[in-house]
Amino acid sequence: MTGEAVGFWCLSALLIGSALAVVLTKNLFHAVLWLALALTGTAGIFLLLDAEFLAAVQLLLYAGGIVTVMVFAIVVTEKLVGERLSQTSRRIAGGAVASGLLAWLIVSAVMERPLATTRMPMADDLTQEIGETVLTRFVLPFELLAVLMLAGLMSAIYFARPEE
Amino acid sequence: MGLQAYLTLAAIVFSIGLFGVVTRRNTIGILLGIELMLNSVNINLVAFSRFSGDVTGMIFTVFTICITVVEAALGLAIVILLFRVRRTVTADHLDLLKG
Repeated sequence: MTGEAVGFWCLSALLIGSALAVVLTKNLFHAVLWLALALTGTAGIFLLLDAEFLAAVQLLLYAGGIVTVMVFAIVVTEKLVGERLSQTSRRIAGGAVASGLLAWLIVSAVMERPLATTRMPMADDLTQEIGETVLTRFVLPFELLAVLMLAGLMSAIYFARPEE
Repeated sequence: MGLQAYLTLAAIVFSIGLFGVVTRRNTIGILLGIELMLNSVNINLVAFSRFSGDVTGMIFTVFTICITVVEAALGLAIVILLFRVRRTVTADHLDLLKG
């Protein structure tokens, strides 16, 4: 077994285990912490796929940003409601059947097709390649993304305004 | 490891996220499930990009990560606003638009 295979199986176990913990834990705060672990595992998968830049972005934006915002939201709403935010689930059997069917459908479709087993050669420095392509071929979507970010910022300020 | 292994892993994580979205009663819990689903899509994009030798998929991943951040920030802002107005955390109680 190569080092990549060992890393892949370890990270897969980590990712699936923490994802299951996210959806099954009773305590919402713990679920957010498990989500942070799952996102870090995804960053590891990105590293296995030679995407160092994306792994760094994943850690900074997801594990850093989103988890912090979620923890803030839980703290704030807990104060507002005045009771602990334990969460219960409903229709567990139906949800398990639906998601199990979906997983079986996708996995059987993936297994049926002959897919690539070897990696195509890519540029040595993928970060440089990504940066150059974003600012040349994908410059218009990049700018649109800036507009979307601005709209998101403005609407977050609108939602967070003090009550009249 | 071939492309199939990565796609299978992403499919399993996506299904777990779907399970969370369907079964959670808490709005923040539903948002956590959506994060998991978006995350597994990113794995798919990067794997396809790496195995086909084209950097486009990785750029798509950068875009989806940015959009996810905006989505999470806005979703949580809406949740906090809902708490302020309706004083409830449960998605079942938020049925103002129900006919």
